[in-house]
Amino acid sequence: MIALLLHLAQAAPTGPDAPIPTPSLVFQPILPEIILCVAGILGMLYEAFAPRSWRSMHLAVALAGLFGAGLAASKLWDWTGAPFVMGDTVAVDRFSVVATIVLVIVAAFGCIYYAHEAGRDEATFQGEFFPLILFATAGMALIVAANDLIVVFLALEILSLSLYVLTGMGGRRSNEAAMKYFLLGAFSSAFFLYGVAMAYGATASTKITAIVATLAGQTGSQSLALLAMGFLVIGFGFKVSAAPFHMWTPDVYQGAPTPVVAFMSAATKVAAFFALMRILDVGLQPLTWDWTPIIYALSVLSVLTGAVLAAAQRDVKRMLAYSSVAHAGFILAGLTSANVVGIRAAMFYLIAYSVMTVGAFGVTMLVAIKTEEPSSYDSYEGLAARSPGLAALLTVFLLSLAGIPPTVGFIAKLTVFGSAIDAGNWPLALVCVLASVIAAYAYLRVIVRMYFREPRGDVVDDTSVVPQVAGLVLAVAVVVLGVFPRLLSGIIEQASILRW
Amino acid sequence: MSDHLLSVLIFLPLLGVLGLVIGGRQISDAGARRITLLVTLVVFGVSLAVLGRFESADAGYQLVEQASWVPGIGLQYLVGVDGISLWLVLLTTFLFPISVLASWTVTSEVRRYMIAVLALETAVLGSFLALDLILFFIFFEAILVPMYLLIGGWGGERRVYAALKFFLFTMAGSAFLLVAIIFLYAQAGGGTFDVRTLADTAATLPVETARWLFLAFFVAFAVKVPVFPLHTWLPDAHTEAPTAGSVLLAGVLLKVGAYGLIRFNMALFPEASKHFATPIMVLAAIGIIYGAVCALSQRDVKRLVAYSSVSHLGFVVLGLFAFTQQAVTGGVLQMVNHGLATGALFLLVGMLYERTHTRRLDEMGGLAGVMPWLLGFFLFAVFASAGLPGLNGFVGEFLVIIGTFAVSHWLGVAASVAVVLGAIYLLWSFQRVAYGSVREEHRGLADVSAREVAVIVPVLALLLVFGVYPKLLTDAIDPATARVIEHVAPDHPTTVVTGVVVADEGGGG
Repeated sequence: MIALLLHLAQAAPTGPDAPIPTPSLVFQPILPEIILCVAGILGMLYEAFAPRSWRSMHLAVALAGLFGAGLAASKLWDWTGAPFVMGDTVAVDRFSVVATIVLVIVAAFGCIYYAHEAGRDEATFQGEFFPLILFATAGMALIVAANDLIVVFLALEILSLSLYVLTGMGGRRSNEAAMKYFLLGAFSSAFFLYGVAMAYGATASTKITAIVATLAGQTGSQSLALLAMGFLVIGFGFKVSAAPFHMWTPDVYQGAPTPVVAFMSAATKVAAFFALMRILDVGLQPLTWDWTPIIYALSVLSVLTGAVLAAAQRDVKRMLAYSSVAHAGFILAGLTSANVVGIRAAMFYLIAYSVMTVGAFGVTMLVAIKTEEPSSYDSYEGLAARSPGLAALLTVFLLSLAGIPPTVGFIAKLTVFGSAIDAGNWPLALVCVLASVIAAYAYLRVIVRMYFREPRGDVVDDTSVVPQVAGLVLAVAVVVLGVFPRLLSGIIEQASILRW
Repeated sequence: MSDHLLSVLIFLPLLGVLGLVIGGRQISDAGARRITLLVTLVVFGVSLAVLGRFESADAGYQLVEQASWVPGIGLQYLVGVDGISLWLVLLTTFLFPISVLASWTVTSEVRRYMIAVLALETAVLGSFLALDLILFFIFFEAILVPMYLLIGGWGGERRVYAALKFFLFTMAGSAFLLVAIIFLYAQAGGGTFDVRTLADTAATLPVETARWLFLAFFVAFAVKVPVFPLHTWLPDAHTEAPTAGSVLLAGVLLKVGAYGLIRFNMALFPEASKHFATPIMVLAAIGIIYGAVCALSQRDVKRLVAYSSVSHLGFVVLGLFAFTQQAVTGGVLQMVNHGLATGALFLLVGMLYERTHTRRLDEMGGLAGVMPWLLGFFLFAVFASAGLPGLNGFVGEFLVIIGTFAVSHWLGVAASVAVVLGAIYLLWSFQRVAYGSVREEHRGLADVSAREVAVIVPVLALLLVFGVYPKLLTDAIDPATARVIEHVAPDHPTTVVTGVVVADEGGGG
């Protein structure tokens, strides 16, 4: 399906009578996306035609698809073929391989979470969850590799539409969240598409590598290119929930089913930021002096808005939503260094953030089930006495989000601040560090309730083994990567070269 | 093993943490206490081995261990000890088993409590021994979490507020530190965080830049020390913390800040250290007087001791920034002394509270007749804290004051006045606790138990030993402080007055 879309996107007619050029197609580089889509279609067929859909069957298909996609992606690590395939619309590089592997892992956690959560009450189970996650992941895997703004847009729509539906899968509040997400998301897509048109107007191409070549050669007015840059950044600003485009985030995070939030909070950020890096650091590289101030401003706004509002919340999921705004700001701070240092810092931060946030949302799924407001702070009072395991896991994730050593969150902050200072933006680094103190207050408020308050009698937690083991794996990763960051940074160093 | 003596020292408590975590709920409360006591005692033993291998005459870093940690950014595992950190390490390893023993009365969630205590020991020792700036920062930040849990989990009524305030104040301060560290690292070309190499880089920075960096470092450590006016978290944290928490806060954690001032501010930014010496000394003097005056007006005995800490730490900072040999050595000495004397006071106040269940001075009285031994110990600690000649508090304060007089008469006078104020509030509080009419409900209170004797007597013994023979400490401190002064202010007057001479004078007076 994707291949067909790519093909159509590629086949721009060059004249009324000219034969449509057919690029040579090499399918191996998009094998991960193909596998994900095939697995997704299989899941849909199963849901549609099987007399009764079993959770475990759905889960098995999804996990197999994700594993296959990860495997196919890892085979591309030592790709020796052409750097751009499918008529130069898809880049093949280690940058996208790393992103794809992270995305499938995050998606796998989302699937495991959902299979568990739906197991509590079979009536709420909806088999469509798994195919939608797979389609969203396919879109994300494509967007990180896309070398053509049209393909970026297609991938963005694939992942967004899947996410809109996923967001609405959990009841009334969830429907409202989905509606909000859809409206604002569509709005941002429009911005993005307008930016693509502007870019085409400025450079007569939508290919990222062609845009950079044209812009580098231009000496005259670049107002069209600048407009394009602005619109593209706004479009991505919505997706990564950077302030002031973050308005949808708290409502969606609070309303959507927790497994969906765990998936989208990490995966959407990874996908959108990787794509943004390719657009900014490759396509708009000649405009570096113009876009860094914008990223700078967005970063300051995001860290301050996110941290301050996170500190004012009384609901864990809303707090984590605002904290995700702050984290988007930290990653943007890393990107103000428009070179390989910034790319590495942002990559490290994104991966670290994925581990922490998937873990944190995983715990919120288990706390205070069967209560009206399971994620309100009241439900967390005395969690340490009620379910010490869950409290300990959440504490590890929150401390890591706060950037306290020896967790991976600290190393991640260190690298983005280092990157910002390296680019001469030490005032930005200072703002970020101070914002992280405010954010730490937000996380500590939760820890206070878990450890220093008495439990309330009527609240029950889900202490099943499977999700706790999943959480434990992530918590161990948080600490191990915090003590031995080289495990991750070594890979990132090999993967931070963007070809153009 | 012996080549990695410092690593063993730092990570042994962490091993204890692992043991307690893995052991889980199978470990009984008594078991957790004994395991922790054993681990802290072994750590103390290891630190004595460090002392045994330490060459006093050598002013440089010793027992250095170096290993690449994150090669990509030049992060190293680099630890070493010198004459300044040596005594702080010993103070730490000495106070931890004492605190554990004093925590025998903790009955809720003992295992978690002990995990926090052991984790704290690793973080503190790591801070004193790290020579890589980021490694230091990691340990420095890691101190916050166990201390936060100790205050917030086992503290007094307003513990959550106090814990949060402590955490946020310190973290806000260290925010500046982190940015300054990375800035310095970037200036150095991004090769290393080794403090010895970065000192060379810092010397090549423009004066203005170095001064800004100095201030960033200073804020972080000044919060921790605490230097007036950044001290407001301290009375709350000290008052609300459990006994062991207060002892460790006063005895060890505050020293991390003062230590950071010597190790990093002065070593990295000698010019700026001298440039800002006067305003810092003025702040220190204000802190000395302000702490003493506040202590005078307290009704809560624990809060009183907390404010006396503000005053005493002012002496430390005053001494360090006077840059005369006596004053700096006195400042370092005062760090150790304050750790012991205030530690003893907090231990005794804790014992009093466990019996009377009040910390209010006006609800105590006449206790000397009820618990003669306990109050006897209390008097001893009060004398040491007030700087009675022959006990350790005197030596440090005296060295600081004469060292300061060489720089500024006014500051010397201010410090001397505070000594008098210190004697007033300490003796006055003792009087209100010990004498007067005893309250009815306090009549049957038991005197010290054997465990409590084991807790308090070693500390009091050291108060006496270091008071009579401070040369034990100063022999190792002097070369290191001489090197600091040489580095910062080579033209300052340095007449070496060793602790021995002073102690003899003190004994005569």
